[in-house]
Amino acid sequence: MKKIELEELQETAVKVREHVIKMTADGGCFIGASLSCVELMVYGYARVIRRDRVDLHRDYLFLSKGHDVPALYGTFVEMGLLAPERLGNHLSTADSIYWHPNRNIPGVEFHSGSLGHLPGVAAGVALDCKLRGGDNRVVVITGDGELNEGSVWETVLVANAYGLDNLTIVVDRNQFQANIRTEDLIPLEPLEDKFTAFGCNVQRIDGHDFAALEQAFTCVADGGKVNVIIADTVRGKGLPSIEARADRWFCSFTAAEVGQLLQELHGNLKATIQSETQVVR
Amino acid sequence: MNYEQLLIETALADERIVVMTAENRALVRNAPAALKGRFIDTGITEQTMIGMAAGLALRGRIPVVHALAPFLTMRAYEFIRTDVGIPHLPVKLSGYIPGFLSDGNGPTHQAIEDVGIMRGIPGMEVYAPADEADLVGMLPAIWSSPAPAYVRINHKAGSYVHMPYVPGKAEIVSKGRDITLLVYGFLFENALRAKGLLEAEGLSVGLINMRSLKPVDEAAIVEAARGSERLVTIEDHFQTGGLYSIVAEVLLRHRMMANVTPLSLGERWFKPGLLGQVLETEGFTPEKLVEKIMIYA
Repeated sequence: MKKIELEELQETAVKVREHVIKMTADGGCFIGASLSCVELMVYGYARVIRRDRVDLHRDYLFLSKGHDVPALYGTFVEMGLLAPERLGNHLSTADSIYWHPNRNIPGVEFHSGSLGHLPGVAAGVALDCKLRGGDNRVVVITGDGELNEGSVWETVLVANAYGLDNLTIVVDRNQFQANIRTEDLIPLEPLEDKFTAFGCNVQRIDGHDFAALEQAFTCVADGGKVNVIIADTVRGKGLPSIEARADRWFCSFTAAEVGQLLQELHGNLKATIQSETQVVR
Repeated sequence: MNYEQLLIETALADERIVVMTAENRALVRNAPAALKGRFIDTGITEQTMIGMAAGLALRGRIPVVHALAPFLTMRAYEFIRTDVGIPHLPVKLSGYIPGFLSDGNGPTHQAIEDVGIMRGIPGMEVYAPADEADLVGMLPAIWSSPAPAYVRINHKAGSYVHMPYVPGKAEIVSKGRDITLLVYGFLFENALRAKGLLEAEGLSVGLINMRSLKPVDEAAIVEAARGSERLVTIEDHFQTGGLYSIVAEVLLRHRMMANVTPLSLGERWFKPGLLGQVLETEGFTPEKLVEKIMIYA
């Protein structure tokens, strides 16, 4: 990747984070998990998904951890797929911009929100691409907490049985599920070993590093194995005041706090957050 | 023609059809050789199978999906509701050994809430053919509909020569002033015989093979309620959510009162055993049905 392209992606990621931060006002959103996967989404739509392909030749990016949809919609805006003013309709019943993705928003391949579903749906799509002899790319982004769901592992078994090497599972490994560290609840490590033992072609990278993502997707292999990219990320990435905090999963901020967080994103000040933390556990 | 022959013939004529199973090949033993890549056995993974079926349907396929009815409808229920129901994809669910047809397997294998839970999914169609001939007669319409559908697969031979299937319509075998028996699926045969026994007692007996439970033939139910002293619903299903509930909903919608006797499994699983003994024990042989109905005659 050329330096200029890398810088463009980084600039886009900052803009996507701005959209995410703004969506915490007037009802809130799952900001932590959204900020951790920004680079995964931006890279996916900029460099993996070939958007000039249509119909049965299309590439697919499925978002299985649906609560990080602000990052998806922010990416759609920056890619020109979604009118920016529609983000202002967040949580209005007049639009379909709510806490989980749905197919009323062009570009969303499938609705999600119930965890452990889209690996299966993506595997079905990948299988059909194989049946038709296509070279489509099928990517599904999952959470790490989502890996608690047995259906994910069931699907990995089946997808490997069918040699779905056109399927790439990207795990947003931000170390948290809702309001607790994964390793304090249902430990996942050693995660590469688990996927390897299930028959996958596994890579582990820094999920905020576009060059690492480029390298990982270059190493996606066609040897009959499902590709897994474990992307180590930071929940709340970009905002030191909420980064890697168990209590900053779902956040609803005031307009003033949003303003401060936008400043913090650009390194101008440290935000003072007074809104209550929202903890489900 | 049997179920498998029809399925393979249909799939060979229509590239959109893919046949899936969660490692239950009882109905589709010859499909792998005939359909090759379009036969997909996901192993014992009902949830993944449904998710993949949704993905295949996104790509324009019509998956015909097989598993034992209880595991298909319950293990994968949220996947059916979420991956198939919400986007209204044309996934066709073939539930094997529903109701009494699980005979000696025991309660783990008894799908006797399937009609209730599947019809609770918006847009999901629910069918229960009387026998294999009825099944084969109904399937072309079911598979060619754009809606998701659940079929209580009934591979038993029947003695009755059915009328052609009209989508969404019941088969009205007879009309009766005293009693009308409303039945679906495998119990049709015993209801047919019960009808003969009741007629021998001098009663005027109607018999309706419901066929399509959703959409349901409301006119057939309303007409039976108007023309008969009593309706009897006969089903190998819990009393909640099945035909008795459907009839109650239809009558209420039409602001009608009727005498309705539910012959169902109430709120319990049935005693497992050989099918004939199950029917005897649970009171669903023609004679036992007549005994229960004559109390009201």
